[in-house]
Amino acid sequence: MSNNPVAVARIANVSRRSILLGLSAGSLVLAVGLPTLSRAQDAPVEFGADAMPNGWRDDPNVFVSIADDGIVTVTVHRSEMGQGVRTSIAMVVADELEAEWDMVRVTQAPGNEPRYGNQDTDGSRSLRHFFDPMRRAGASARTMLEQAAADAWNVPLSEVRAEGHVVRHAGSDRTMSYGKLATAAAALPVPDREGLRLKDPATFRYVGKADIGLVDNDDITRGTTTYGIDVRREGMLYAVIARPPVFGGRVVSVDDSAALQVAGVERVVRLDPPTIPAEFQPLGGIAVIARNTWAAIKGREALVIEWEDGPHAAYSSEDFEAELEAAVQTDDGKLILNRGDVGAALAEASTRIVAEYYIPHLAQAPMEPPAAVADVHDGSCEVWACVQAPQVTRLRLAQRMELPEEDVTVNVTLLGGGFGRKSKPDFVLEAAILSREVGAPVKLTWTREDDLQHSYYHTVSVERLEAGLDAQGKAVAWLHRTAAPTIGSIFAPDPRQKLPFELGMGLTNMPLDIPNVRAENPQAPAHTRIGWYRSVSNIPHAFAIQSFIAELAEATGRDPLEYLLEVIGPARLIDPSEIGDVWNYGESPERYPIDTGRLRKVTETVAEAIGWGRQLPVGSGLGLAAHYSFVSHVAVATEVEVVNGEVHIPRVEIAIDCGAHVNPDRIRSQMEGAVIMGVGQALTTEITFQDGRPQQGNFDSYLIPRMETAPREINVHLVSSGGYDQPLGGVGEPGLPPIAPSIANAIFAATGTRIRRLPVADQLRS
Amino acid sequence: MITLTVNGMEHSFDGDPEMPLLWYLRDELGLTGTKFGCGIAQCGACTIHLDGYATFACITPISIADGSEVRTIEGLTEKGDHPVQVAWRDLNVSQCGYCQAGQIMQAAALVDSTPDLTDEDIDTVMSANLCRCGTYPRIRAAIKQAAEARTE
Ligand code: FES
Ligand code: FES
Repeated sequence: MSNNPVAVARIANVSRRSILLGLSAGSLVLAVGLPTLSRAQDAPVEFGADAMPNGWRDDPNVFVSIADDGIVTVTVHRSEMGQGVRTSIAMVVADELEAEWDMVRVTQAPGNEPRYGNQDTDGSRSLRHFFDPMRRAGASARTMLEQAAADAWNVPLSEVRAEGHVVRHAGSDRTMSYGKLATAAAALPVPDREGLRLKDPATFRYVGKADIGLVDNDDITRGTTTYGIDVRREGMLYAVIARPPVFGGRVVSVDDSAALQVAGVERVVRLDPPTIPAEFQPLGGIAVIARNTWAAIKGREALVIEWEDGPHAAYSSEDFEAELEAAVQTDDGKLILNRGDVGAALAEASTRIVAEYYIPHLAQAPMEPPAAVADVHDGSCEVWACVQAPQVTRLRLAQRMELPEEDVTVNVTLLGGGFGRKSKPDFVLEAAILSREVGAPVKLTWTREDDLQHSYYHTVSVERLEAGLDAQGKAVAWLHRTAAPTIGSIFAPDPRQKLPFELGMGLTNMPLDIPNVRAENPQAPAHTRIGWYRSVSNIPHAFAIQSFIAELAEATGRDPLEYLLEVIGPARLIDPSEIGDVWNYGESPERYPIDTGRLRKVTETVAEAIGWGRQLPVGSGLGLAAHYSFVSHVAVATEVEVVNGEVHIPRVEIAIDCGAHVNPDRIRSQMEGAVIMGVGQALTTEITFQDGRPQQGNFDSYLIPRMETAPREINVHLVSSGGYDQPLGGVGEPGLPPIAPSIANAIFAATGTRIRRLPVADQLRS
Repeated sequence: MITLTVNGMEHSFDGDPEMPLLWYLRDELGLTGTKFGCGIAQCGACTIHLDGYATFACITPISIADGSEVRTIEGLTEKGDHPVQVAWRDLNVSQCGYCQAGQIMQAAALVDSTPDLTDEDIDTVMSANLCRCGTYPRIRAAIKQAAEARTE
């Protein structure tokens, strides 16, 4: 997902493809829910990269090329959106290749999964799934260079060795450069995967090293990068679109006479509304096409459009919050977890504690809004776009343009942030439709208002938690009711239940050392487009659960750290399927068990770093949270200072255990970024609806952190366990979920006020 | 007719005088290093130097730039070696990089114009520029490094 990062889950990908295969909505939901169970009984169950659409490739001819001047070009097939994947994948390949870093270049693959393997850059899994294949691609290319040298010198392969961009013959001390060997090496067969020699990780020169400069540093600092919004083509026109202000709405009539008078405006084009489910279809509306972006924007302002708002015209966040609150009061929600006997245990408990939490809609708001250039003519379609899912984009373009897939080219630019928004290619389809209509290349730009008011929003949730404590204050019963519109609502007509992959994000896979646990999911309809947002359903689940654990500590007069560790329980390995999560981020439960030892370790790390237990001045406090997501273990400790109802954050300590480190500097930067995004979620960011319309239109009302509101100090602790032969965890997303609850817990310590509704906004002002 | 100098080159324009400099630079001159992020002076992605001062290009009509000198990220230095650019690379400040042209232009003006930079100066000035990826700690560190390099 990601980013990063960003936020999408494997099952979600299954769902995208399932639709393409023409499954009915009913079977889609099943397929989304339980992919492994829908297989034939004797078929092997696949996990990880094997289970992704189009799997993985490790062919050096696909990923590595070497020119006769020795320049090595690594083709990166995952989208770069700030997580550093272009640098990290190049590091892996270059290391196994024994290449000199300054001789390595990167090129971006177009959307073509049959050639490159899965390209959906989401779910925090680029390195998790491609570290091994990319090592093999590099090692194979290195072996081919060695073989070419051995052939040239007529010596056995075992006597030659690649290092420092040359192949050396030990006996004679002859060397030959990669550039000289390239042509001969390329003609050789790719060595067998089985006999391939991988480097001893102790000899890695780039992997695991903290001082590698980003491959795009030079371009970024000189302004010569190309994002989707920057692409220019000969004869290109510029478009913006007026979309229905309410999801599900449509144009009744339009008067475009004034718009067409605006200097530079060339055409006004009407776009059809989507059918439901909307999936990745454009939203319809009226497009203005002009000779520059400014004229298009001015033309759009001059349109007079009568809209019909459709079925969601009354959507109001205030009313919906009440609806969700009512839903979690009853016990008729779908049963999603049931261990022990919660009813009996609650009845016998000495104390019962109940709390409800509200987590609002959010917009990903990548700094580069959605934008794409399309050139559709003579039976071909070529696009340049900032997409997280290039192959999905290609498939949807082929369908919409009624062209064979081979005639559709998706060039992937850099992404100015993604966070899940750019997993949905609706904006690319818009550009293509317009290009076809006007017979010229078209750049479609979303303004910030477009982005914030027509997003695929993070869902909105009410989480109700109830615990029964025994006489010693130990939690013996745990009842969790979760109500939120599902991402499934963009793929099927009106589903009202969260999908297993959403529940597996920090709810059904919570390692609670509590004997009686029950979870229920009351229904919740969707009234807008719901989509992945960095770390997805982990956001509400972690906020509610980590806040509630701190509330239990408070209720029993215990220390929150001690109480959190008690609820996590002793160090043990948990098979997620045994506690109710069949999904496990698409990974094998044997290779990727939940490891409470690791969760304890990261928690203890941040507690120690922040000086847990120390005396703080009045108005200051410390808060903790720990959360397992994207098969990584993360904990956060935050110090806050509340002055006149305003929250300042002097320091955040964050620890992640994501297995071995490929690019430690980028793990750190992802944690830093997650902390700052999490601060926004905790304190200021929220999308609210009224009359079906989002109420926030730009960064003056959708308040993301600025330097002065960001934490003064962020310390990242990389807690490593396992070597490079052990499974890697995700990085782009898992930093985010524990941030907001750690802040809420710190606010409680500082002020005695418990935040149960995000964002804090002005709740602390008297 | 509006005439202005952009990165040392003279240009003239007889289109809509209301057109923000941002779209003139990006669409008419093809200088896409200057970014669009909000269009309403809230994010700083479009920061350029107008007669040496850090300015939001998205709210600056081109008519205001008549007779002025505009510098964009592409023309900040010939070799990409302003102390701010160097520090940005040294510290791997960027994540997605999209906001960074604006950040660098803002920071360069700040470093060049303020001899004894304080943390407060940095916070106040740089809070005009948003970064959704959350690179603020590194931006702060890079500005300090650049300021030191300047005074050396
Ligand atoms: S685009 Fe100019 S300040 Fe945001
Ligand atoms: S680096 Fe992505 S917005 Fe700043």
